[in-house]
Amino acid sequence: MSTTTPIAPATVEDLPAAPRDWMPLLLIPILILLALPLVGSFPTWATLTIAGLAMGLIIFLVASGLTLVFGLMDVMNFGHGIFVALGAFVGVTTISALGGWTASSSFALNLAAIGCAGLAAAVVAGTVGVLFERIVVRPVYGLHLKQILVTMGGMIVAEQVILALWGPEARPMMRPASLQGSFIFADIAVEKFRLLAVCLGLTIFAAMSLLLNRTKLGLLIRAGVQDREMVEAMGYRVRFLFIGVFAAGSALAGLGGTMFGLYQEMVTTAIGAQMMVLIFIVIIIGGLGSVGGCFVGALLVGLASNYIGFVAPKVNLFSSILLMVLILLWRPQGLFPVAKR
Amino acid sequence: MSAAAAEPLLALEGVHTHIGPYHILHGVDLAVAKGRITMLLGRNGAGKTTTLRTVMGLWQASAGAIHFDGRNIAGLATPDVARLDIAYVPESMGIFSDLTVRENLFLAARKGPLDSARLDWIFGFMPALKTFWLQRAGLLSGGQKQMLSIARAMVEPRRLLLVDEPSKGLAPVIIQNLIVAFKALRAEGVTILLVEQNFNFASMVGDTVAVMDNGRVVHAGVMADLIADEALQARLLGLSLDSHQ
Amino acid sequence: MLANIFSQDLPRSKVLTVILVVILAGLLATPFIFPGARSLNVGAKIAVFIVLAASYDLMLGYTGIVSFAHTMCFGIGAYGIGIASTQMGPTWTAMAVGVVAALLLSTVLALGISLFSLRVRAIFFAMITLAVAAAFMTMASQLSDWTGGEDGLNFKVPELISPAFSLSDEKFLGASLDGKLIAYYLVVVVSGGLFLLMLRIVNSPFGRVLMAIRDNDFRSEALGYRNVIYRSLSSVLAAVFATLAGILYALWLRYNGPGTTLSFDIMIDVLLIVVIGGMGTLYGAVVGSALFNIAQGYLQDLLKLAHGNIDTIPVIGALFHPDRWLFWLGLLFVLSIYFFPFGIVGKLRAGALARKPTAT
Repeated sequence: MSTTTPIAPATVEDLPAAPRDWMPLLLIPILILLALPLVGSFPTWATLTIAGLAMGLIIFLVASGLTLVFGLMDVMNFGHGIFVALGAFVGVTTISALGGWTASSSFALNLAAIGCAGLAAAVVAGTVGVLFERIVVRPVYGLHLKQILVTMGGMIVAEQVILALWGPEARPMMRPASLQGSFIFADIAVEKFRLLAVCLGLTIFAAMSLLLNRTKLGLLIRAGVQDREMVEAMGYRVRFLFIGVFAAGSALAGLGGTMFGLYQEMVTTAIGAQMMVLIFIVIIIGGLGSVGGCFVGALLVGLASNYIGFVAPKVNLFSSILLMVLILLWRPQGLFPVAKR
Repeated sequence: MSAAAAEPLLALEGVHTHIGPYHILHGVDLAVAKGRITMLLGRNGAGKTTTLRTVMGLWQASAGAIHFDGRNIAGLATPDVARLDIAYVPESMGIFSDLTVRENLFLAARKGPLDSARLDWIFGFMPALKTFWLQRAGLLSGGQKQMLSIARAMVEPRRLLLVDEPSKGLAPVIIQNLIVAFKALRAEGVTILLVEQNFNFASMVGDTVAVMDNGRVVHAGVMADLIADEALQARLLGLSLDSHQ
Repeated sequence: MLANIFSQDLPRSKVLTVILVVILAGLLATPFIFPGARSLNVGAKIAVFIVLAASYDLMLGYTGIVSFAHTMCFGIGAYGIGIASTQMGPTWTAMAVGVVAALLLSTVLALGISLFSLRVRAIFFAMITLAVAAAFMTMASQLSDWTGGEDGLNFKVPELISPAFSLSDEKFLGASLDGKLIAYYLVVVVSGGLFLLMLRIVNSPFGRVLMAIRDNDFRSEALGYRNVIYRSLSSVLAAVFATLAGILYALWLRYNGPGTTLSFDIMIDVLLIVVIGGMGTLYGAVVGSALFNIAQGYLQDLLKLAHGNIDTIPVIGALFHPDRWLFWLGLLFVLSIYFFPFGIVGKLRAGALARKPTAT
């Protein structure tokens, strides 16, 4: 796939920049600032903010693929959570197999262990994703009701297979030695692993943005989200594009599963269903099919759930719902509605 | 110049199309002469759009044959139809509004990078596209969007263009530009099938004409004959214009 | 007369009729032919799940919308009784207050969610209900002062239907005539009545509109029906019946907790029951509920047998582990969506039609 082709028309006049919709982006700093008086203590607030960003970025990893899959083919995969669970378990197995690397105090070896775990999780989840698309999703294209039911059914079955493979017990997931504990920096405790999660999440978001904005493949995906028929009428096989996006989305969910397992330091099969709720809230907030919206939504949910989890833990999950309702009252189609035909 | 004598590039024979429970096309027979502009007229619901969509494979014909350059393309998937160098401009225009004008054209050039000489040629008819080159297409006006959607079909040489109601809702000045653009394409040897409701526009660009009603082609002939024959015009345009304006 | 009770919507298959009669007779006779707490529990659960699944079918099969908040309403009904009983004592007044409060809460929630999310599209509704149900469940386990948290509530019910009450010291056909027996028949009879009521609803003009919307929402909108209103009404009705099912279940169990009525696992069970039994038939809920609740007990025994023989084979052996029984039901679920979308009932009816080619 070729990247951007340099095509300059003879003269490009100075254009007024296209008005971009910045309002939703402002919500993130607004939420962060609003939380400060609520939380009270500055160091706690800073710690919570980092934790929220880490959690938000992990949710983004998982949710971005799902929202694209929906945008591109109008397929809502209610079984997406299974890739998260699968990724988490593959991650646990890989990490424990690399016990030497994780126990070592070398940061490079630790990072390599997480890298291998994430890669293994992504590969396995991506492969299963392709199978899932072929066996479960493909026969029910265009049939929403059946799609919801069948993907849900696929998740029930796959979850049982995971239980059969890894057993029903919760598995502890140890962070590698040099990523345990926190930095203390001006009274602010920052968990090392969260910092890593933030870095990884931002890197992947940046890579995804580049792909979607600067490559032909990415432009095709975005165009397909808006008008699949037209992309096909231009001679592109959206089906292949879709399988690719489905596989990539599953792989990212697998990676997200490993990261979420490390974030919680514990893995259960329920991790999939548990995340599914957050993912749905995030992609509804963002606007179905919008990656940018998904990013903002994920950060908002991650931050809100950490702040509220600290201030009023009892209403934690409810806070995400409240956030969703408020945002939908403001923008009924989500933060960045995708312009459909 | 006898348009009917030219061999057809596209020929539909007895094409039936169902959409869900509805039977829309009832055996369409239509020949589109190579290198000519064929106008497809008819009132709303006559089946014009369905005919174009059926050729593109966006809806599958339930019976009949669609010959393109001697090959039956009925049953091909949409991308495979498009890869025969058939371009489609839908009535909705199908603009990718989140993408810039440049990106829209970039994707339309499936075979390779954009050719700047060809772009300049297109800008000659559609200067607005050059002005708004890096703007998001969603910000364009209706006429500019229509220009962009036609420019996408022109950005690489194609053999057949299927265009659905290009003049709809456009200002007369812009329609003049469109006429020039279609004539230039014709001069390049492109075959064009244009769905229209605006007879004035149709009479200015069309070589041949086919009129549809109730899912069938009820008249086919040379445009000039139709323009000359007022009685025929009244009968057929009664059909095609009663829902217009 | 009989046709009237069933709202002219008869089983339309001899085999199905026989199965339904067996289920009904079985439920009615359980206290006498299978005495013992376990079989009574299975019988009452079948009856309650018939109402729960049939009410879900109102939405899924008849209106074509998928909700994941159905067990939320089930739970609200059960908590209504449980909380009323613990806060006000096990009186009939308390029960009435619990019933009214639960019905009100369910109605308001269902209406709110529907009006909020059904305008957009069915998928949106499914996602939002999933999120709301999850939040509600967390909330229920957090508000432990009222709900007993994760442990749930053990509570008393009015004397007449509590095990301590005794009609007579004599046993009748081997069953002791106590409050437990009365409670059992209360559950079975009320469930039957609710089922017939739902049958009436889907065969009313209102039900026909729902089906028209399900089959072609553009057309019904064009015909002048406000789809959102009808879909919302359907979801509210379903919520009301689910709440009633929850009330019955709580009266029977004298216990309620998140795992009993609210959890996502129960939601999956209901989905399995409706889809395997047959969507859009209501009778599917009866067949599915009986099959499922019996399978829950006995498929595990069967798997235990199979597992004993092949547990040496990795993975495959593990899938035959009795705890993996949901794997087999899940597989059946997916296969039924592909190959017999109207479930067992649809299959039986198609069979009956095939044997009677002249019937229309």
